[in-house]
Amino acid sequence: MLLIPCPHCGERPEIEFRYGGEAHVARPADPSALDDEAWAAYLYLRNNPKGLHAERWRHIHGCGRYFNVLRDTVSDKITATYKAGEPRPDLPATEAAE
Amino acid sequence: MPETAAIRQGAFDQLAARAAAVTFTPCPPAARFVFRGRPAGFAAAGDAFGVALPQTACRAATTGSRSALWLGPDEWLLLAEDGAVAAIEAAFADRLGQQPHSLVDVSHRNTAVEIAGPAAADVLNAGCPLDLRLEAFPVGMCTRTLFAKAEIVLWRTDAQRFRVEVWRSFAGYLWGLLDEIRREHAA
Repeated sequence: MLLIPCPHCGERPEIEFRYGGEAHVARPADPSALDDEAWAAYLYLRNNPKGLHAERWRHIHGCGRYFNVLRDTVSDKITATYKAGEPRPDLPATEAAE
Repeated sequence: MPETAAIRQGAFDQLAARAAAVTFTPCPPAARFVFRGRPAGFAAAGDAFGVALPQTACRAATTGSRSALWLGPDEWLLLAEDGAVAAIEAAFADRLGQQPHSLVDVSHRNTAVEIAGPAAADVLNAGCPLDLRLEAFPVGMCTRTLFAKAEIVLWRTDAQRFRVEVWRSFAGYLWGLLDEIRREHAA
């Protein structure tokens, strides 16, 4: 079982968490100014990187809070977790290249 | 001649010891609330309830018959004596009337069972993957977590005693599973 470090509660078993999709997807400030294509892109188009991916997780059976996780989509290794609203941390080049 | 009296054991001794390794005791009815609010109102909420809301993650605070259990950064489970619902609601309205907050009466949604004995942590660990060693989960620690398929609030009130808060519709599931684990543990 994976241990996911919740920024509020510390390391917890993965069954307490739910996946919340890609992180740092900002809602456009003025949706009515967008054309259909740009709106569809905001709604549906997501990155699918091979490697480090910033994503939202919710500690639903714990503190209940959303937070962000930097996870390697190849190895499943979680390199950083940080509270919602905080900027994505800059990882040292060596760690990011792993 | 061999000394037989010294090693003689009653047939029931070991069985009785196993049965006492863990006990389940339903907790009496209580007044329960879930409080959520903003940091500006935390102190006033503590005043209104009579227990300062613990700000440390996963910790509980108790004053007299009332306890406040940290559930999230802005969320607490408040436990009080049965029959205190109206008084608590009035106290919060008085102290926090202008502050945005929510105070939800969950007295009848939740029910609780106390799990005590030398094997209490082992029995809980059969359904809950948290590290329940005393170093990792000290007395006074509380958290929302899972016991098999039931969401619970687990609170260590003593080295060998836990209070498990669970939704009442899960009571039969929780008790049945705990009892099965206890019997397997004793075998």
